Amino acid sequence: MEYSAEKLHEEKVFKDPVHRYVHVRDRAIWDLIGTKEFQRLRRIKQLGTTYLTFHGAEHSRFNHSLGVYEIVRRIVDNVFAGRPEWHEEERLLSLCAALLHDLGHGPFSHSFEKVFDLDHESFTRMIILGDTEVNAVLTRVAEDFPKKVAEVIAKTYSDKLVVSLISSQIDADRMDYLQRDAFFTGVSYGHFDMERILRVMRPTDDQVVFKHSGMHAVEDYIMSRYQMYWQVYFHPVTRSSEVILTKILHRAKYLYEQNYSFKHKPHHFYSLFEENVTVEDYLKLDEAVFLYYFQIWQEEEDSILKDLSCRFLNRNLFKYVEFDPAKEYKKLARLSVLFEKAGIDPEYYLVVDSSSDLPYDFYRPGEEEERLPIHLLSKNGELRELSRESDIVDAISGKRRTDHKLYFPADFIEKGRGDSAITEIAALLEL
Amino acid sequence: MLKDHAKIIHAIAVSGEVIGRKKLQKMIYIAKKMNFPFQERFQFHFYGPYSEELTLRVEELCNMGFLNEVKEKKGGYCQYRYTLTEAGEEFLGVNSIEMPSLRDCLADINTQSARFLELVSTMLFFDDLPAEEVVEKVQTLKKSQRFTEEEIENAFKYIDSLRGMSRH
Repeated sequence: MEYSAEKLHEEKVFKDPVHRYVHVRDRAIWDLIGTKEFQRLRRIKQLGTTYLTFHGAEHSRFNHSLGVYEIVRRIVDNVFAGRPEWHEEERLLSLCAALLHDLGHGPFSHSFEKVFDLDHESFTRMIILGDTEVNAVLTRVAEDFPKKVAEVIAKTYSDKLVVSLISSQIDADRMDYLQRDAFFTGVSYGHFDMERILRVMRPTDDQVVFKHSGMHAVEDYIMSRYQMYWQVYFHPVTRSSEVILTKILHRAKYLYEQNYSFKHKPHHFYSLFEENVTVEDYLKLDEAVFLYYFQIWQEEEDSILKDLSCRFLNRNLFKYVEFDPAKEYKKLARLSVLFEKAGIDPEYYLVVDSSSDLPYDFYRPGEEEERLPIHLLSKNGELRELSRESDIVDAISGKRRTDHKLYFPADFIEKGRGDSAITEIAALLEL
Repeated sequence: MLKDHAKIIHAIAVSGEVIGRKKLQKMIYIAKKMNFPFQERFQFHFYGPYSEELTLRVEELCNMGFLNEVKEKKGGYCQYRYTLTEAGEEFLGVNSIEMPSLRDCLADINTQSARFLELVSTMLFFDDLPAEEVVEKVQTLKKSQRFTEEEIENAFKYIDSLRGMSRH
């Protein structure tokens, strides 16, 4: 029997708190889960530093990747199978792309990518196409199969229906992370009737559409997403921990460039600092490695690296005030001067952080919004864009919400009271 | 501090006026591929490389009053023109940006049509592939645009000339 069609003698199941069970019957999927590159995802938390705000948020990208796979499996096996618009030969490709879509995430991805100007999607591609265990499994399916999987994940695959299963405004990726993140953070948002959404999904040539009768379940999903972004993903305390993490990495890179002599050489970071990371180097990085260095940097001579590492590990985070960059950029420039005067390096201790979300958007012809809208399928076969049918979705469509905060170490300012620069800083920050 | 905002304002300042959101996206993407230090991340979408972060940044800069956005109706669709405002110039004065060869590079890109830039940016997105695969990608992913062989050849030449121009 061909490897692509090979089934396990007995179905394997993973107990899962969100989907109850994740079912695996395909040999290729089972083999992919066993690869070292996929197992590495156990050591990358799904929500990065969010566990410092919501202590339950310790779940990993491994959990999430299995969840996305399971949702796509249910769609293609239970909903799409046998429908003329669905090409059964794309089944294994869809499952593999779902399972591997986050393979290239690095430790604390958000901050990590920002500091080292890396892109997890390009590492996902390199891991899939490179000399890796994942590539060996995929190549057993077919010589060009790794390339196809990488294309689906990069959204450059020709069959847009397959791409839309994992990348669209309502896809398996989002459906899993909303529910999983809600479960592990313990918040009461993020819940919606996924079973209902799956039942009303229908394949078309270029995307998944939803039977009109399922509109309320889709509305519920959009609202869940909206609430999760502002209540969990953009939580100001999590952003404070990310600011500090980012600054630790910046400082370590800066020190390396200045030939600073680290007490314990940060070998794992060398190729990052030198901007020549190979896939092999990349795969050695995980959050355990990062936390190990933060632990030892608490005893470094450099006072900034030492302080920031202590703050991160002991959760002594920066405080924040609301900030309006349009009206207050001159104030920010003044604060920067005052921080310098007070001996607090503004490069590391005065940080503007912005968050923004567009909960749902429709496509306007001729504009570059680039978001494929959600379409509802009427009984007569007509497709209608969601926000034209739903008042609730219409109310938030195309409306972006942005939030800016200015982060700083309030304890430094408190300790420096009496100093003239600090007095002016405190006045400007209204402390 | 607000450097990433300042870089986009600077890019529009040196371009004079940018007509069309699609064009602006492609201009920044191409400049980024020429190693100018723009931070916005791009992914492949309908018209080629697209950055949600850039869309957000531009929207924010308009809300801040640093960029002027004029919407005009063009037949069946809307077009947007971007220029710098006085407040934007003042902001650049406080947050100055050093990218000396960006001016020549963007001025040239800005003279090209949005269609051609869509082709150039798509080809740059796949620049790790051999030339014949790049052409194949364009023909598959941009089927509806029907790019001619001549256009593709011109795009290859244009990419080479930009690389020469932006050595900094």
